Amino acid sequence: MIARAARLSFLVILAAFLAAPLVIVTGVSFNHEARMNFPPEHLSVLWYGTFFADSGWRSAFGRSLGIAALASLVSVSIAFPIAYSTWAYGSRLARWLEAVARMAFLLPVIVLAIIYLVFWSWLGHPGRIENTILSHAVVFVSLPLTTIALGFRSVDPALIEAARTMGARDGDVLRRVLNPLLLPYVVAGMIFVFILSLNEYIIAYMVAGFEVETLPIKVFNSLRMGFQPSMCVGAVLFMVVGILCFSLVAAIGDLPKLLGGSAR
Amino acid sequence: MLGSARVPGRLRALVPLSWPSLALVGLVGIPFLLLIRISLAPPDPNGLWSAGTSIAAYSGLMDRPFANALLYSFGLAILVAAMGVSLGFPLTFFITRMRRGWQVLWLIFLLATLTLSDVLIAFSWQVMLSKRIGLANLPVKLGLMEQAASLTPSFGAVLGNLIYLVLPFTVLTLYPTLSQLAPELIEAAKTLGASPVVAFRTVVLPLTKRAAAVSFLISAVLTLGAYVAPLVLGRPRNWTMAVLIGNAALAGHNVPRASAMSVCLLIAALILTGGTVWIARGRGRR
Repeated sequence: MIARAARLSFLVILAAFLAAPLVIVTGVSFNHEARMNFPPEHLSVLWYGTFFADSGWRSAFGRSLGIAALASLVSVSIAFPIAYSTWAYGSRLARWLEAVARMAFLLPVIVLAIIYLVFWSWLGHPGRIENTILSHAVVFVSLPLTTIALGFRSVDPALIEAARTMGARDGDVLRRVLNPLLLPYVVAGMIFVFILSLNEYIIAYMVAGFEVETLPIKVFNSLRMGFQPSMCVGAVLFMVVGILCFSLVAAIGDLPKLLGGSAR
Repeated sequence: MLGSARVPGRLRALVPLSWPSLALVGLVGIPFLLLIRISLAPPDPNGLWSAGTSIAAYSGLMDRPFANALLYSFGLAILVAAMGVSLGFPLTFFITRMRRGWQVLWLIFLLATLTLSDVLIAFSWQVMLSKRIGLANLPVKLGLMEQAASLTPSFGAVLGNLIYLVLPFTVLTLYPTLSQLAPELIEAAKTLGASPVVAFRTVVLPLTKRAAAVSFLISAVLTLGAYVAPLVLGRPRNWTMAVLIGNAALAGHNVPRASAMSVCLLIAALILTGGTVWIARGRGRR
């Protein structure tokens, strides 16, 4: 009984701790005045109007979404062949590549930011949107690699055997048998990259922060210039996008299983 | 067949890897080596770096403040990771014992906290701890403070914010292992007379040690690299290496110095990785 109460209060306190920033940012975005009052004093959606009327905020929002979408596509295009070659051929090169991808994820973010600042300047190609996309794609490649490898491991070998017995070649197996089974894992990996790229600040700032202003960069710049509730609107929009994405994954797939948990 | 029928077997496995190899060598391998090279270049006040080789950037780091900053960042990373894992471990354990629907809800909730940029989380902490919000009155009521004052900037705010940032990652890395931990194992230990503490130490810990080490490591590295939280919520003396590196590159326009500092931070991260692996392995032999 006491153990149960202790467990419950632990969970409630942690939930409150985790929810606090989300609740505060949402609350402040509905403020009527341009102040960071919480709870909001006069509820209004004034700042949502301001956000979408301001071409600066709108384009930063759109730019962030575009960068995140492309980064997640590129990231999966790198991760899928590695996971496939490891699974299908036990390729040693694939394992090496996986180690490189993991290393990139285990470097402190600030170091990655300096690495890409130096790299894109050295190429004579600073301040371009491709820099942000490609840097995010390789930095986060470890995530789709993990989810897709998990997907391959969950494939029943008997299915592949059956397909081969019926005369399917590698390509057919990949297209007809593996792809549908792996789709949820690929989507989960893409969503991870999408969300992390959407919110990443320091790499984006170092590689092209002055020319390619993403939403986190714009928020950080306006934080320095003084408070504007529009930045909370941006945050709420990101949260909604994120929660929708993850709920979608939970609806079409088995979220606990996609995250590597035990099957239902 | 993948590729074409004329490609021999061994090569067939290599064809799909050509793009990943190109991407990872070009965008991780080469940039990484370049960082080391530029850390050995002389600075250029009007540009990024100049030609030639010099150890000026490294010898410029041989002072007390830099050593202190490095040690402080290292210690903070260990502290945050230890606290993150000690909160995240029981949290994940409880989540994995919940009904499926609750598990999904908790997972979506944790993932939702990842959808806020660390910029926004730092900002909301600033709001939360400011004088205007009720939270600042709490220490007054408890008699810890004379009058309501803003709780930022402070070390506590930086620490709390960093723990907040690592918590979802600890859960996500521990979840697969704890989820597959059969409840029967713990039951069996209890039936055999083990107290919960003994059952945890002898059954749960050995099976989950690897995941806990990975979780600790990811949290520590995340903290080592964190730039926004210490900058926004801390006083200059709470600034970590990450902030100092950012300042060297952005405000100081000294890219070789920032690169040399990054190399030092990388060495710190390597020591941390080695130490974690060593401890995780050592415990396994006992």
